[in-house]
Amino acid sequence: MTLSEDTLRRIDEVITHYPVKRSAALPLLHLVQEEKGFIAPEAVAWIAQKLGLEPINIHELVTFYPMFRQKPIGRRHIKVCRTLSCAIMGGYRTCAEFQRQFGTELGAVSPDGEVTVEFVECLASCGTAPVVMIDDELHEKVGPEKARELSERIKAEAKR
Amino acid sequence: MAAPEQKRMIFRHIDEPGYTNDLACYQRNGGYEVMRKAFQRKPEELIDEVKKSGLRGRGGAGFSCGLKFSLVDRKSGKPIYLVVNADESEPGTFKDRYIIHKDPHQLIEGIMIACFANKVERTFIYIRGEFPDGAKILEKAIAEARAAGFCGPNTLGSGYGCEIYVHRGAGAYICGEETGLIESLEGKRPYPRIKPPYYPAVLGLYQCPTIVNNVETLCHVKHIADMGGEAYAKIGTPNNTGTRILCVSGHVQRPGYYEFEVGKVTMGQLLNEVCGGPLPGRTFKAVIPGGSSAKVLRFGERFKGKRKAGAEMVEYDWGVEDIPMDFDSLAMIGSMGGSGGVIVMDDSVSMVEALGNINAFYSHESCGQCTPCREGSLWMKKITARMVHGEARPEDGALLKSVADQIAGRTICAFGEACAWPTQSFIAKFGDEFKGYGAGKAQRPQGAAELV
Ligand SMILES: Cc1cc2nc3c(=O)[nH]c(=O)nc-3n(C[C@H](O)[C@H](O)[C@H](O)COP(=O)(O)O)c2cc1C
Ligand code: SF4
Ligand code: FES
Repeated sequence: MTLSEDTLRRIDEVITHYPVKRSAALPLLHLVQEEKGFIAPEAVAWIAQKLGLEPINIHELVTFYPMFRQKPIGRRHIKVCRTLSCAIMGGYRTCAEFQRQFGTELGAVSPDGEVTVEFVECLASCGTAPVVMIDDELHEKVGPEKARELSERIKAEAKR
Repeated sequence: MAAPEQKRMIFRHIDEPGYTNDLACYQRNGGYEVMRKAFQRKPEELIDEVKKSGLRGRGGAGFSCGLKFSLVDRKSGKPIYLVVNADESEPGTFKDRYIIHKDPHQLIEGIMIACFANKVERTFIYIRGEFPDGAKILEKAIAEARAAGFCGPNTLGSGYGCEIYVHRGAGAYICGEETGLIESLEGKRPYPRIKPPYYPAVLGLYQCPTIVNNVETLCHVKHIADMGGEAYAKIGTPNNTGTRILCVSGHVQRPGYYEFEVGKVTMGQLLNEVCGGPLPGRTFKAVIPGGSSAKVLRFGERFKGKRKAGAEMVEYDWGVEDIPMDFDSLAMIGSMGGSGGVIVMDDSVSMVEALGNINAFYSHESCGQCTPCREGSLWMKKITARMVHGEARPEDGALLKSVADQIAGRTICAFGEACAWPTQSFIAKFGDEFKGYGAGKAQRPQGAAELV
């Protein structure tokens, strides 16, 4: 596996934060996923070796923590909150609208390769429900109308 | 009675126009002056101030912060760690988000005072993975503070030094439970540890004595160091001191965050006056007062008994609207203040469907170590999902209750209770709705929000 200079530098830096190397497992997984888009088997082996662990010690994290994925996703990641405060304010309709816009199933890559739409649990922004995270950005009070606007924007960016 | 004014201490600057999250702005507003003074005092004195303040943890359990500081094993010779719980994952809770994004230096100042008081030299802020911007903001704020000598080696020229690191989680609710959090910080699956023997105060991070505190709790420590424990204890009500941020979500006109002296505002004042009451044409049906794990309250039910008022015992007879929003009152009426997340549901919501939504959350988030929790949370989810999408039988409520009753008290961590209480309380208070759900399904209003 090859990683950029910058990622390698950040990996070496973050390991120094901890008195025990193993603690750097999650930070390394985040850094690798940020660059590669997902965690492939060779990434698991690479991180394990870097931290002096067995591959299973890393693999079991990838399968437990919801944010790590073993397969690529669409160019943009649309995460709609599914939990109570968002649901009672219409979160399911918001999610259905995103799916309709991109003609896609939950968790799948849309046919145009643009997005993956997913339900996630409470994003700690319940007061502005329903909320959606697109990649790293939080969008508040996203009803079907706003979901359409956001979808249009993603589609317009894709054309460029 | 009219609702009292908010008392914004932690959220003083949160919505202030022109207030930014950088060091310069924080210092223009008196930032790090409290820490400067605190560093002139003896660490033990600062712990004493926190004890006198009566501060109770704002993360969920409401445990005395001063007591937590004094339980730390200081004889082992091992380093002492402070871990800041910024996992903010209890559904309905969204206060730490604003502290982190809008006033990160307040948190850092609180952390540094707590570290100095407890002789901690390395501290980790465990922030949930879904706050990527929050993590960047904190890292920038720490770098600014470090460059200015407010953390890092030889902090404020005192000879004492402490490093603060940000550690990102990756989307698992159980990382909010303090021992699960510690395992996660050690680079493992966040399987909560069994207590005894793994009390963090003795055998925490790397088997060293560890203090785990919520973000809001540590901000309060700064204000306690500022005004002194006794003055702080005069804010709020006895045994429920200080202010508390209440996060209101769901079916009210003005959802949002509101900071009040603890116990000075009632549920009715909060929902009807502060939050503007129900949505047009609706009435309140139910409210969960302290994050989704807290037992639900039904509008119209009454709570009767005797309570302490000063030295005397007095009778009380409260409706939901009369309950003061403090730890003890909410515990007394059978629920809890928890994390301060108030979730409001109006008469458009089916309680079966709301419980189905909650059950799906807990089933997804159980770490899977304990059979009653792993299997029970899944069964409860499956039963409620079947009721909503398939056949609903009159006896399903009793079945749900029997599953929930076999979880609480039989697990490693308090998640067992957290996943059982919603089911137990929904069935106890809305049992008829569960019985009649199958028969009445056809009459469910068109256009009601889907929940399961
Ligand atoms: C299932 C579960 C989830 C929890 N989630 C959180 C959380 O997201 N944030 C938090 O501060 N405390 C959470 N707690 C409470 C912590 O275990 C711990 O009591 C708290 O961080 C202590 O800090 P405090 O005394 O300052 O409240 C959770 C507890 C349980 C049982
Ligand atoms: S109670 Fe549930 S979440 Fe807690 S340790 Fe057991 S299985 Fe894990
Ligand atoms: S329920 Fe959606 S952000 Fe909390």
